[in-house]
Amino acid sequence: MAVFEAQHLHKRFGDQVVLEEINLSFEAGQLSGIMGPNGAGKTTCFNVLTGRYKPNRGKVVFEGKDITGLSPEAVVRKGISRSFQIMNLFDDYTALDNVVVALPQVRKRGFDVLHALDGHSETQDRASEILRRVGLAGREGANAKAMSYGERRALEIGVALATEPRILFVDEPTAGLGTEATAQLADLIRELKRSTTIVMIEHDMRFLFGLADQISVIHWGQVIAQGTPEELRGNKWVQRSNLGGLA
Amino acid sequence: MQAMEYDKKQTAAWITPPMLIAFAVFATLPLWIETVGLYEYLAVEVLIWVIFAMGFNLLLGYGGLPSFGHGAFFGIGAYAFGLAQFNVWANLWFCLAAAIFVTAVIGGIAALFLSHRRGIYFALMTIAVGQIFYFIASKWTTVTGGEDGMLNIKRLPVDFGLVEFSIKSNVGLYYLTFGLFVVVTLLLWRLTNSPYGRVLRAMKQNETRVAFIGYSPRLYKWSVFTLSCAIAGLAGGLFAMAQEGAYINIMSLQWSGTIVLIVLIGGGFVSFWGPLLGVIFYFVSRDVLGAYTDTWLLWFGLIFMGLVMFKPDGLAGIWRDYIGGRKAKSEQSGNPATVASGR
Repeated sequence: MAVFEAQHLHKRFGDQVVLEEINLSFEAGQLSGIMGPNGAGKTTCFNVLTGRYKPNRGKVVFEGKDITGLSPEAVVRKGISRSFQIMNLFDDYTALDNVVVALPQVRKRGFDVLHALDGHSETQDRASEILRRVGLAGREGANAKAMSYGERRALEIGVALATEPRILFVDEPTAGLGTEATAQLADLIRELKRSTTIVMIEHDMRFLFGLADQISVIHWGQVIAQGTPEELRGNKWVQRSNLGGLA
Repeated sequence: MQAMEYDKKQTAAWITPPMLIAFAVFATLPLWIETVGLYEYLAVEVLIWVIFAMGFNLLLGYGGLPSFGHGAFFGIGAYAFGLAQFNVWANLWFCLAAAIFVTAVIGGIAALFLSHRRGIYFALMTIAVGQIFYFIASKWTTVTGGEDGMLNIKRLPVDFGLVEFSIKSNVGLYYLTFGLFVVVTLLLWRLTNSPYGRVLRAMKQNETRVAFIGYSPRLYKWSVFTLSCAIAGLAGGLFAMAQEGAYINIMSLQWSGTIVLIVLIGGGFVSFWGPLLGVIFYFVSRDVLGAYTDTWLLWFGLIFMGLVMFKPDGLAGIWRDYIGGRKAKSEQSGNPATVASGR
């Protein structure tokens, strides 16, 4: 059953149409991949799905409810989270603090102006557990800006996970990662897949095809193909858009 | 150590050692200020501006929101105090509450227009807002007295019901201001170390991410701007009593810029105490440098430029580096492992 759907999405910036007509549906418990060449509109699509941009036309539906045009914070509160292609961390905070501030229990106390945050060991424990999950155990006290690129990628996912999403959007997680770090990330995503519905944009086709249950190919602002990795390997549209070779 | 990050024992406490030092210094200031060649009124002025600067630093240092129109809210507080005194009820607590309330309401309305802006657009909008209030104050002469100002604002007695204290003397006014400074400091310390403060600091670092972990940056900007205006209103009300009048010059762009400069010099970006250091430095420089030359502001400006170029974290940053350096040195000399390894 589709937990998340994009119906007839259209997005333009002035005269430039970026998303012509996007129809997507993501099944609960699956990892759905989105691929396409540079400039195809993948990240814009993510931005529309997660509330950063409002579509000019069309609907975004999550768990049967219309969430079109909701603000990012409202979208997050519905149980949708995302990581970014260009990393968005709190650079002056430690890894632990990056995660702590994203926890729903801290968010609920967001207008508490009198009590200290640090005294709550429960939140610290929860944040440490998330860091352990993304492979950053022992790095709690490290400053985000002083961490390695791979660690920051993992932290980016950790921050997104801290919001306790029911669906996680991950935008090009392997961008800039070496072979070893990519392999570690694949293990992490495989582990996350067991508990969370994931939607992932990815350029590394081997990585994506190895993890995804379903893949949608976006080109010219439209979904040109959809299917399992095996189905897509033989798809003529995928081959014509120069992605088939990669697959 | 991260900017604005303190020991966990301190962040959980209501009163901290630096706070006790600050309170002790300011509590005794009138007793010794004249022996160092300064004067009592300067102490009053410093403490009022410390309140203003600490409130302003909520915006700049914690929220990363550069307001270049905050002098307007300081002025609105002063006018509101005077108007409440002349037209409603000449009671100190009522007039101070009116100054806080009116400034918070006006600040809250202004914040509705500012809270969806960021960066340079936010800064420019605050200039526009400050100038709007400045011109309203200058033209609405029947209410504000225009260029002549609102004169004869009284230093109202401190009324505790059964007991009443006069604050007509500078020392009396100083101790009222000191009491309020203590309250403001305690509340701001708690606020800046609360979940709310943590979100503010997160917003300063990455507003986009704050939204994508479920907080509304707009709501936080609106609330912190309003709160900062309320504190400016309190300081403005006290300043109206100190000057025994409310004058338009304080609402000018120059004074709005001065509070930014004070906070930056003090190190508001790296320390809770930065604004306090900045205010002391500014007012003492004004009086000491001013005793030697009329162009003291030029020299002060050069000092500011030097700090921005070589020590952008301001006085608090210099202190932090000094303490950090000493700590590192003592660790190096006291740690047998490092000595043995020759590090």
